[in-house]
Amino acid sequence: MNFDDTPQEAAFRAEARDWISANAPHQYKDELAKASLGRVQLKGANILEVGKAWQKKKADAGWACLHWPKDYGGRGATPIERVIWQQEEGVFGKLSGLFIIGHGMCGPTMMAYASEDQKREYLPPLASGEKVWCQLFSEPAGGSDVAGLRTRAERDGDDWIINGQKIWTSGAHYSDHGILITRTDPTVPKHKGLTMFFLDMKSPGVEIKPIKQANGQAEFNEVYFTNVRIPDAQRLGAVGDGWNVSLTTLMNERMSIGANVATGFPELFAFCANLTLGDGPALDDRAVRSKLANWAVRASGLKYTSFRAISALSRGERPGPENSIGKLVAGSMIQDVATYALDLQGAAGVVSSPEQAELGGKFQAMLLRSPATRVEGGTDEILRNIIAERVLGLPGDIRVDKDVPFNKIPTKGR
Amino acid sequence: MNFDFSDDQKQLRDQARRFLAEHSSPKAVRAVLDGAKPYDRDLWKGLAGMGFLGVAIPEEFGGAGAGHLELCVIAEEMGRALAPVPFSSSIYLAAEAIMLAGSDEQKKKYLPGLADGTTIGTLALFEGPGNPSPRAIKAAVTNGALSGTKLPVSDGDIADIAIVAARTAQSGRETDIALFIVDLKGKGVSRKTLTNIDPSRNQAEITFDNCPAEPLGPAAEGWSLLTRVLDRAAVLVAFEQVGGADRTLEMGRDYALDRIAFGRQIGSFQAVKHLLADMYVSVTLARSNAYYGAWALSTNASELSEAAAAARISATQAFQHCSKNNIQVHGGMGFTWEFDCHLYYRRSNALALALGSLSYWEDQLIDRLRTRNAA
Repeated sequence: MNFDDTPQEAAFRAEARDWISANAPHQYKDELAKASLGRVQLKGANILEVGKAWQKKKADAGWACLHWPKDYGGRGATPIERVIWQQEEGVFGKLSGLFIIGHGMCGPTMMAYASEDQKREYLPPLASGEKVWCQLFSEPAGGSDVAGLRTRAERDGDDWIINGQKIWTSGAHYSDHGILITRTDPTVPKHKGLTMFFLDMKSPGVEIKPIKQANGQAEFNEVYFTNVRIPDAQRLGAVGDGWNVSLTTLMNERMSIGANVATGFPELFAFCANLTLGDGPALDDRAVRSKLANWAVRASGLKYTSFRAISALSRGERPGPENSIGKLVAGSMIQDVATYALDLQGAAGVVSSPEQAELGGKFQAMLLRSPATRVEGGTDEILRNIIAERVLGLPGDIRVDKDVPFNKIPTKGR
Repeated sequence: MNFDFSDDQKQLRDQARRFLAEHSSPKAVRAVLDGAKPYDRDLWKGLAGMGFLGVAIPEEFGGAGAGHLELCVIAEEMGRALAPVPFSSSIYLAAEAIMLAGSDEQKKKYLPGLADGTTIGTLALFEGPGNPSPRAIKAAVTNGALSGTKLPVSDGDIADIAIVAARTAQSGRETDIALFIVDLKGKGVSRKTLTNIDPSRNQAEITFDNCPAEPLGPAAEGWSLLTRVLDRAAVLVAFEQVGGADRTLEMGRDYALDRIAFGRQIGSFQAVKHLLADMYVSVTLARSNAYYGAWALSTNASELSEAAAAARISATQAFQHCSKNNIQVHGGMGFTWEFDCHLYYRRSNALALALGSLSYWEDQLIDRLRTRNAA
């Protein structure tokens, strides 16, 4: 049992470290280190431009999308090399936030289903950050129930005509392309009538409206489609096979193992170490100690769980559904940690202005953003279902709409 | 990175699991629970014969000389099987204390017997309610003679020797506390078996009246030695707790697949699935913390003190969480004497109190994190 790299891993790490040390935008390091959750903001610089420039630099030197084939803009690296890169990239990885969906979901789907010419045309600029992609899955009527989507695609000669609405689309407002799942046949059960496409987000009839979120920011969007034309050549997979195509997309998401999931614990511990409570340091208070110890072991448990997963990768195993545990634990933990950090501040915890609030308002920002963490990319409930069904082997939920034609499924309660 | 046990260690785990499945069945556990005997002598002899007792004891002192990672994988299986034997008292506490602090002579004298099971050892630390603290120790050694009362002492009325924490001065400092080895079959020792929440393991009150006491380690270092012994034992007990938690998760899952209610397997109800998913989460976090503890223990890393506290807290939470929710999944059947759920529930709550309770380990963890952060 050890934490050591194999000689090959050590060589790769040294190469990555040297390159990062020579090339990363170190001027933003402190600001990036401070940003813990939610949008990264850089003083006097546009995060989009800084992120794109960093991605381009990585791509030119062969460090972008490491695990993709070289022909498509990657490096053909192993999963463990990808993890080592993430560890070495550290806070600069936060600059790649706007590419997560393109690189993690859209790219792999294109790789599996696009034509060879399309892959060579679209993937390298995606890898290098010149083009940003989004994923158009969720709808007002279908969040966790993805297959309940209603956006229609109707055949018209060599084209398809799209009408409908998507929602919670991260980054749609700055995306160049998107992958889009639609309903092409409402007369068959819901999983069987779906078809996947990719499209140019500047196509006529695409309208993007940022959603002002509960925390006041706007990372997500509504996207409306009014008679949008997509050539049949941009279909991914067979007509009616969109559900299987989307599963490829979702499976690929699991390949990325977060070695450092944000839990809020290091921030809370540092805060308590400097806080006076009553007559003495907060760290001498029995109640504070008990809370902190409880979160400390969750944070370290997650850390060493990811180390076990990395060890499995190192042996050549593929990550499985057990990796759902990371976001499930971290999501509610960060919410609880933020709530408690504000409680410790007393009435002043209500203040979120960066000049007055403790730690520049970090905990207030965490509090207001964390509800989304527990919903996005699989709700706590869906993640528990994944663990129960795919790890523990319990039966799937009973689905009363499974074999019913989509257009016969009730859409409202009474 | 290879943050996992080796193939050989996993093989040892399988071997221990097979052996314990045969020799520490629920029926065997119940024979001790029902009070027919204070521990399972045949199992104890069998474990000695397999070389499990002395796995981490050096060969020159009668052990197998393998190491602590090997002891960790065996500990997990002991917990999974609820082995009704004084393994933790004799091996994690007595043998570890002697390996840590004993003179060569003491190692030669005591370790072979502990390794082959002919000697049973334990640690006599507590004196009634409260967590480990120098001030709580009233038992005292004066002119080489020990007097005082210890309660509870795990396996106290079946043990042959005890490592006893006793006071040598009254200044109130940690340096007042020293460790001693005491022959429990000698003069002046009286013992009483205590009824306890987990009768598959023995607990006793021991009164010492001017007993001969052999010093273990430098007199002024007793408290710091004791802390180190507790840290090492915390990692090993954490593996027992992980083993027990993992087994209760399996029991709950199997029952949820087997039991039909409202016309379907109860494991298809989301409320039950989510209960089991949360059990899985707690075992997984505890296992990962325990692995970190195992790494620190086996390499004698400077992080051992925090790793041990984290492993201890996480494993205590996981075993209690899983054992109580295993009963919940089983419903009324889970509360019958006949089903094995209560055996794990008892053990999880008894282990939660051994070595100092959760609040003690929370204090330890925060103090240690504070020290490290300040450094």
